[in-house]
Amino acid sequence: MNAIGLNQILFLSTILFFIGVYGFLTRRNMITMLMSVELLLNSVNLNFIAFNKYLFPGKLDGIFFSLFIITIAAAEAAVAIAIIINLYRNHKSIDIDEADVMKY
Amino acid sequence: MSASVIIFYVLAAIIILGGVLSVTSRKIFRSAIYLLFSLIGIAGLYFYLDYEFIAAVQIVVYVGGIVVLLVFSIFLTHGSGEHMKQPNMWRALFSGLAALTGLILTLYIIGNQTFVSDNSTPMAPSVQNIGTQLVSVTSPGYSLPFELVSMLLLAALIGCIVIAIKPAKKADPKPLESNELRSRAENDTLTIENKTVA
Repeated sequence: MNAIGLNQILFLSTILFFIGVYGFLTRRNMITMLMSVELLLNSVNLNFIAFNKYLFPGKLDGIFFSLFIITIAAAEAAVAIAIIINLYRNHKSIDIDEADVMKY
Repeated sequence: MSASVIIFYVLAAIIILGGVLSVTSRKIFRSAIYLLFSLIGIAGLYFYLDYEFIAAVQIVVYVGGIVVLLVFSIFLTHGSGEHMKQPNMWRALFSGLAALTGLILTLYIIGNQTFVSDNSTPMAPSVQNIGTQLVSVTSPGYSLPFELVSMLLLAALIGCIVIAIKPAKKADPKPLESNELRSRAENDTLTIENKTVA
């Protein structure tokens, strides 16, 4: 029998979410900010899966939400890295404070 | 304390430790590797909850795709062994304070909340059920978001190519190049003909 309830998983995902928030606010490097965003998205996925497992076991809605979030996260990471590499090619820096010229 | 509880706390420790080290490490490559451990821990948690398909997708997409992409972008943009700048002290303090406040508030709310299950008969999260519902157009069907996501992926693919492609150099005199190629090709055919004649 499963002794771990919904609350433990929600606590875990909350802690992970705010770790991601802290990283997103403190980091000034674009790639590490992207990593923080991945942590945020993962904690949200964990929430969806836990709610599906414990509250609505007769449906699969949480799984589909997680699948779509994973897909969108992959697309977002790909586009973001393309932008970062292009920025590095033009500015020789991917620091967010130095990327203040929004033109080519 | 049963074995499943111990496994859960080990997984939780891996996830949280990986996350904390990933956002605080000053070497960017190590940061990516700690993120990898955190993501693998989450995949383990999905296995723990008996959602094998999502766990497999997590490993394939995140560990096999996104982290590899991040590592390659680090290789392209950073020198090896480079330390990142220490975050500004005030900024670190206030972001830590903001994150801590949100964390305590959310934990408090979750702790006081009672969640009610709908007690329906469990549906197995098998690949067959997921696949049937994903492309179904009847009531528990998700074909519309499926199509939307496929359009989004196509747009992201084209967008990546357009953004990351190197702009062609306009200074290259094209006609000369083609003339050069043509003369080279003529030379080649000449030598080949000479050889065949010889």
